[in-house]
Amino acid sequence: MSALAILWFVLIAVVMAGYFVLDGFDLGVGVLYPFLGKNEQDKAIMRRAIGPVWDGNEVWLLTAGGALFAAFAPAYATSFSGFYLAIMLVLMGLILRAVSLEFRAYADNKGIWDWTFFVGSLLPALLFGVAVGNVMAGIPLNANGDYTGTFFGLLTPFTLICGVLGLVQMLFQGACWVSLKAPLGSDLRASASKLRYPLGIAALLVFVIATVLWFTTVLPGSSAEIGLTSLAFIFAFMYVIVMVLAIGMGSGSSSCDLLAFILTEAGCVCLIGLMAATLFPNLIVATDPALSITIASAAGSDVTLGAMTVIAVIGVPLVLFYHVLVYRKFAGRITPEDLAH
Amino acid sequence: MEVFSDPVVLARLQFAATALFHFLFVPLSVGFGLIMAILQTKAAKSGDVHDVALARFWLRIFTVTFAVGVATGITMEFSFGTNWADYSRFVGDIFGAPLAAEALFAFFLESVFLGVLLFGRNRVSQRFYTVSAWLVWGGSCLSALWIIIANSWMQTPAGYEVVETAAGSKAVMTNFFEAAFNPSTIQRYLHVVMALLIMGAFVAIAIAAYYKLKNRDDIFASKLLRVGVITAIATTVLMLPAAHMQAVAVVENQPAKLAAMEGQYETGPVELSLIGWVDESAQKTYAISIPGGTSFLADFDFTTEYPGLNDFPVDEQPEGVNFIFQSYHLMVAMFGLIALVVLLALLVMFDKLQGKKWVLRILQFGWIAPILAIEFGWVVAEFGRQPWIVYGELKTADAISQSVSATQLLITLALFIIVYVIIYVVWAKIVLKTVKAGPSVYLPEEQAKAGEEA
Repeated sequence: MSALAILWFVLIAVVMAGYFVLDGFDLGVGVLYPFLGKNEQDKAIMRRAIGPVWDGNEVWLLTAGGALFAAFAPAYATSFSGFYLAIMLVLMGLILRAVSLEFRAYADNKGIWDWTFFVGSLLPALLFGVAVGNVMAGIPLNANGDYTGTFFGLLTPFTLICGVLGLVQMLFQGACWVSLKAPLGSDLRASASKLRYPLGIAALLVFVIATVLWFTTVLPGSSAEIGLTSLAFIFAFMYVIVMVLAIGMGSGSSSCDLLAFILTEAGCVCLIGLMAATLFPNLIVATDPALSITIASAAGSDVTLGAMTVIAVIGVPLVLFYHVLVYRKFAGRITPEDLAH
Repeated sequence: MEVFSDPVVLARLQFAATALFHFLFVPLSVGFGLIMAILQTKAAKSGDVHDVALARFWLRIFTVTFAVGVATGITMEFSFGTNWADYSRFVGDIFGAPLAAEALFAFFLESVFLGVLLFGRNRVSQRFYTVSAWLVWGGSCLSALWIIIANSWMQTPAGYEVVETAAGSKAVMTNFFEAAFNPSTIQRYLHVVMALLIMGAFVAIAIAAYYKLKNRDDIFASKLLRVGVITAIATTVLMLPAAHMQAVAVVENQPAKLAAMEGQYETGPVELSLIGWVDESAQKTYAISIPGGTSFLADFDFTTEYPGLNDFPVDEQPEGVNFIFQSYHLMVAMFGLIALVVLLALLVMFDKLQGKKWVLRILQFGWIAPILAIEFGWVVAEFGRQPWIVYGELKTADAISQSVSATQLLITLALFIIVYVIIYVVWAKIVLKTVKAGPSVYLPEEQAKAGEEA
């Protein structure tokens, strides 16, 4: 295991955290859309809240995919082909979602595109967690690294609860984002911020269930393990703390909107940290531990990882610069003037 | 049928279908993007109400097209892992880096600043807005560069060595710059980007011609025509050296592809056919052609000999020679039409063909030539590379995902076709509706009227 390979393990985790933090809230808004968007005005505010930024947020996913392909190609090949139907459902979701907002603006029947926006957000929000659960719990692989199980073999209590955890976390992020962006005093802001309380509790509860399932149904007798125990514990502990604080922000006052949002986002980072600490040094756990795909077995050559490091050193600051620039331009609550455009 | 039970055929069919569909929208994004940035710059400079309305009108067409390009592009990035796992394992060390770089350097640029164009009119300064328009277009050109780097490496691999590992052989990068700027990257990039820009210009010309035919939106039609014609002339002229360089790159690096393109079975000077037919079973090509013409273009000598298909082992010859031959010659024929349409558009711009409605009709449908040329070009490049997925190193048949069954591929192929057809129909309706409504809806007085009605 070279230092460069470990660096890329960390970097991919960072990019995944970036994806969770950024696209998580707009996927959450997409799933909340039919429930919070009770009238045309509210729907318009919700669309406008993510409109300028969702596309850029989604690129973090493509970056994570590209980086995984470049740095650990066998892990990319195994996970994407192994989770075939699930990935295809995610893909269909992302395709529908990408065209929904744009098509809706011009379409005669806007209801259809509201619906595809919802479904297109729900599928990835739910399925990413299921995939992560499988990677951690272990899947049957052969010597070529190909998944030998079935689609339904991917759906165990633990992996499903991981899916629910991802979804609830994103809903929480989404509710916080809407509270932060909706006009002060609007019904939309009030109902979104009221959701923070139950969603926060639900996320914590699901997290506890997932942890219990991990220790009772996954760990005993399987090849799954916790790679870096103390680090995993720290991330799990921090997640709980951060979420308790986020719930403590309450559901009413608008002065806590920003802090609640930041805390939820910190929760996402903790979850990705927990995933990475648990997996290390594996990338994909196989039922037969000898066949697990590890950092050492999957890492690209030093030439590639070195080139990728140079690319990242130039590219990541640029990307962060664009994000900060544009988020600042669109900072603040949505005004009637914004909606007119 | 056998076709529907062979995973290799199905995986190829799915890639071809999704790539060709995506490749309808890439030219529109890159091509429309340049026109969009030019129109936006003009509008910002002059402040003229018509310039502003035209820029906003074009932005609408651009953004809805761009959204489809983004949506169908995700499929391509995922497909290497989902459908081509063994390919990904073999080339990951080389192929992944350009994809990651594409996301980092191009996709972010495009998507982040597209948000500004869509929603930022009241939030940012006009200068910031105009710069954003150029950044979005620049991002799409960078995106094309990285993906061409990846594709070119499959055609003319360089900067790597193949090593044997416990899990099979794989390509390992030895030099990043040799791999990225392999023998066909630059040629292919110029060739493809010129084609994309021609397509964008032709759509601008078509919309202008439509307004002129209907005797409406005269000011807009003339403005749009001018931008379209100037862009089309520049790109069509630049296409000549770009295409020549690309052809020479094929001659030098992919002899079997060249042989298939001209239907040449035995070693000898390569003909330059205008039109013809390859009888694959008899291994004969019937064509109207200039003997040694292609040899002359490649080497300035009519007698330079190049290998024919039979110089390659049977299992290393491209399949469907006639299909490749026809695609190649149709692409070239389409370029002839493109040149003709550009000439007509130029005459219309200078008011030399007043009252000749048929000319406007040709301009209205002129865009069919570049989009067909683009799709045929893809077919020549990718089918001509067969049976290799990485030329000379890995066969397509050895590159699929072994864990994905034919049934799964068939289901997802059907799903893609259904979803893509729906997306295409909706997209086309929206674009036609926008064009019919015209740029005048963005004029201040029209906006005021619409405001009163609402």
